[in-house]
Amino acid sequence: MSQTTVPEVRFDRQGDLSDAERVEKAMGNFVKDFGRTAAIWMESCIHCGMCAEACHFYEATKDPKYTPIWKLEPFKQAYKREYGPFAIFFRTLNLKSKVTARELEEWQQLLYDSCTVCGRCSLMCPMGIDIASLISQARHGMFHAGLVPQELYAVTERGHREGSPLGATPKVFMDRIEWLADDHEVDIPLDKAQAEVLCTMSSIEIMKYPDSVVATARIMNHLGLDWTFRTDGYEATNFGLLSGNAAWQKEMTLKLINAAVACGAKTLVLPECGHAYTALRWMGANMYGKPLPFRVLHMSEFLAEYVQNGRLRLRKLPKTATFHDPCQVSRRGGATEAPRVVLEALGVDLHEMYPTKGTNWCCGGGGGVVANSRANELRYKVFRIKMEQIDETGAELPVTSCANCRQTFDDGQAHFKWDKEMHSLLELVADNLVEEAK
Amino acid sequence: MSEMTLLEFARGPALTWAVSIFVAGVLWRLVGVLLLRTKKDLSEPRNAATWKGLRLIALRSWPRREFLGGTVFGEVMGYTFHVGFLVALFFLVPHVLFFESVFEGLLGFDFSDVFGFAWPTLPTGVITFLSAVSLAALVAVLIHRLTNPVKRLISNFDDYLSWLLTAAPLATGMLAYAHAGGARYETLLAVHILAVQALMIWFPFGKLMHAFTIFAARGAQGMIFERKGASL
Repeated sequence: MSQTTVPEVRFDRQGDLSDAERVEKAMGNFVKDFGRTAAIWMESCIHCGMCAEACHFYEATKDPKYTPIWKLEPFKQAYKREYGPFAIFFRTLNLKSKVTARELEEWQQLLYDSCTVCGRCSLMCPMGIDIASLISQARHGMFHAGLVPQELYAVTERGHREGSPLGATPKVFMDRIEWLADDHEVDIPLDKAQAEVLCTMSSIEIMKYPDSVVATARIMNHLGLDWTFRTDGYEATNFGLLSGNAAWQKEMTLKLINAAVACGAKTLVLPECGHAYTALRWMGANMYGKPLPFRVLHMSEFLAEYVQNGRLRLRKLPKTATFHDPCQVSRRGGATEAPRVVLEALGVDLHEMYPTKGTNWCCGGGGGVVANSRANELRYKVFRIKMEQIDETGAELPVTSCANCRQTFDDGQAHFKWDKEMHSLLELVADNLVEEAK
Repeated sequence: MSEMTLLEFARGPALTWAVSIFVAGVLWRLVGVLLLRTKKDLSEPRNAATWKGLRLIALRSWPRREFLGGTVFGEVMGYTFHVGFLVALFFLVPHVLFFESVFEGLLGFDFSDVFGFAWPTLPTGVITFLSAVSLAALVAVLIHRLTNPVKRLISNFDDYLSWLLTAAPLATGMLAYAHAGGARYETLLAVHILAVQALMIWFPFGKLMHAFTIFAARGAQGMIFERKGASL
């Protein structure tokens, strides 16, 4: 008789909850805030499997377990058995078996390592199920069950404790601003009591791409705006959102909102970060409990606005370029054309990828995946799709408007010794300002 | 039970029970979901006319060009069996007579008087051909479900039962029409009617409910995404 080997299931646990408590917390927090919309989506899957065709993890591996809707299987099962309109029927006839802690542990990899919440599957689903939003909801359950990949948990917890997941504490931020201002001879206002525009940063930029901080300052100064950074609200990344802790998500969001309110900002500019846009632009007011008293713009939208009103004039860049759409900003955020307006102003010859815009492939690092090193091997497989897509355009400059994507590209570039380097739209703009334009 | 009794059973108490379970079940499931609260979205909309997102109900009826490659088989087969099934259901003469009698018996009016035209029908030969095509497409999707690794993994009891209960009315209807196997017509007809009733009884509990939820599910995604200006 041949021996079968069961592949090792990789999962992490936080806390010392019993298995039964983990299951209960997972499901309780999954259905918490479960409204009509999520429920109708949970009721609608016909198991056609078409969502697999849209998923980069499936596309790269052809492993059926990466079928997006399958990533929700225990939660679908529990919904039908415990919460749906016919729960009693499913429970009594045992048509849906009870979800176990072991299943949730197995699904940790599917929910966190192999989903960037990019939402491409949601565009494919013939029933119109927004699978990505249900994955986020399932992550709420997983977080409270103490079943988050440890590295992702650690940065999330650090963000909660220190105010920044990558150690860009207010003190560190202040020091870096001072250093960057001196080093680059640029005025970087910090903690102004009043300002029209509040700029924010991603900790990836603060720690890894500080040129973006300088670029932001150069552009704001160039436009002659009354602007500031503030140490009480600068960190735009939100690992509470990515890992599934709504309370910590709210805490990070409120810091930004309160800082903007404190300085009377009319506009809050979000950095080149995808999920920051979702967290504040689309979820911020709901966390705040009322409409925000200021506008929220992604950096690409801000730049496009000033290009379009004629105040931002740029030197022409005689190169071919292609644009990688950050999923949360473009596909799921709606700011798809803004970066293209800016690229046109830069005069580049834009070679669009195929597919592009709303159906562009994700870089593979969003949704917290790039912060979870055990997913690296899988992420690199997925990244091949992106390399092929970009190589096919023949463009000299890959450009994006998300530091998390950029980090994923830089890592992929190093891993594959790829000859393409990702560029920041913001930094390209800052490098090509027409100085006499005011 | 004699054969006529079986037909009487199918046309009598079985029909009453099947229709009751169907109606009550569909309402229970829809109301159970649609009555759930929903939070007001306080974010500043990019597009205030969110209702325009309802166009997704029509748009999502065919995949975007980028997604077509891997899904074309499912789409074509899906449409084939749905169209064949619905045409047979609504345009076969005996079915039309039944629906007209329901209008008259339950609602108390004559269909053609009220709407100004007679309920259209198609020749039985056309319906038989479409039913056969539909059945062939159903067999194809079943084979696909059993052999495609993705579909095999995600399939469950509901998928196979729903398949069986969808195929059975088509198959038994064709057998009844053909007076197949030397069996009495009344028996074949009774079996056909009971097959339809089995479909109606399972309908509210499983995935067949997508016939109703598809509109709400697509509409919800459309309106939420339209509000953000996100891709539809």
